[in-house]
Amino acid sequence: MHAHRRMNTSSRSIICEHCDSLFESVPLAHGQKAECTRCGAVLERGQRLSIQALFALALTAAMLFMLANAFPVISISMEGLSNQATLLASVEALAQGRITPMAAVTGLTIILAPLLQICLLCWLLGFATAGRAAPGFRTCMRALEHLRPWSMLEVCLLGILVAIVKLAGMLDVHPGIGLWALGMVTVLLILISGKGIRRLWDDLEGQLQ
Amino acid sequence: MTEPVYARQRGLVLCHTCGHVCQAGEHHCPRCHSTVHARKPNSIARTWALLIAALILYIPANVLPVMRTNMFGNASENTIMSGVVEFWHGGSWDIAMLIFIASVVVPCMKFLILGTLLVTCQRKSHWAMRERARLYRFIELIGYWSMLDVLVVALVAALVQFRSLSSIDPLLGIVFFGLVVVLTMLAAMSFDPRLIWDVEVEDV
Repeated sequence: MHAHRRMNTSSRSIICEHCDSLFESVPLAHGQKAECTRCGAVLERGQRLSIQALFALALTAAMLFMLANAFPVISISMEGLSNQATLLASVEALAQGRITPMAAVTGLTIILAPLLQICLLCWLLGFATAGRAAPGFRTCMRALEHLRPWSMLEVCLLGILVAIVKLAGMLDVHPGIGLWALGMVTVLLILISGKGIRRLWDDLEGQLQ
Repeated sequence: MTEPVYARQRGLVLCHTCGHVCQAGEHHCPRCHSTVHARKPNSIARTWALLIAALILYIPANVLPVMRTNMFGNASENTIMSGVVEFWHGGSWDIAMLIFIASVVVPCMKFLILGTLLVTCQRKSHWAMRERARLYRFIELIGYWSMLDVLVVALVAALVQFRSLSSIDPLLGIVFFGLVVVLTMLAAMSFDPRLIWDVEVEDV
């Protein structure tokens, strides 16, 4: 469904971030999206989930993320010897000698960025369910914007699957509990960490000093 | 159907952090307090710099080995391409394709597309504007999947550690490859897609 209207009255206006076109915002039902008539970029999407539902999903994501980090994602065995790896262990595997900088990048993309996203979302949405702006609202919302491109759990998930196939030829590979938890966190984060959270700015605008 | 008006023509500027519509001339967004720019600062120069740096690092990333496999005394070193070839000959052509797309096709597409966008914007070209805007959104969407190979190496190296018997260790090539991914991501972020459309308004 497409919905867009040219700027004519003084109702809330939106600017396309890809081409600087000015539009008047129209209310969208869930599943609808507004597209820019000039460049075709998505301007706004109708929200599927309420703030309460988002908060519940954020809490679920927090619990699953703990599981995903506490338990190994893959374990392998070979001639009686066995070994397993958690997410943190794979970051540590890069933290040796000349390649240490890569451990920092990997740690940011698969542990730190998702962790901060989940914590910030729980914090912001927890207050938002009570109709209030969380302390440090502006800083938290800005941090979420800057973290979004660096959170790469879905890439990590594909990486684990590739690693399983790669090793399966040489030794016995078993997916761990951490992998299932990680799969679910990835889906939840895709649902809750998108640009949709920007609506808190509009919802709570009156609360900000 | 007439085209929509540009925000700049009405003296309005978009805040990139919260989406607020600010008056031109304001330096900070009244709602979220972040700095507001009409266009990303020095967009073209920054994007060129990051893109060229990434292109230079892409050479060692492909030439240097990314990991050393030691299986029962048989040591071998793999570059990204030799890893792909090994998968291909090993019969898993699907995984070979996946890694080839993530580590070769995606970065090369980013170099080509960002390069094209930069050149056409500098020449103030009116050519295929809608399509160029779509290309930019496309590389923003696919860019981070190139991290795949870095994560695979990290996982495999963490798992296969059986002392002297067998081990897999990451090598220097993976740092260069990771830096290429980070730099191309930064390059895509510093490019301002609104520059594509600025040629339509004369007073730039």
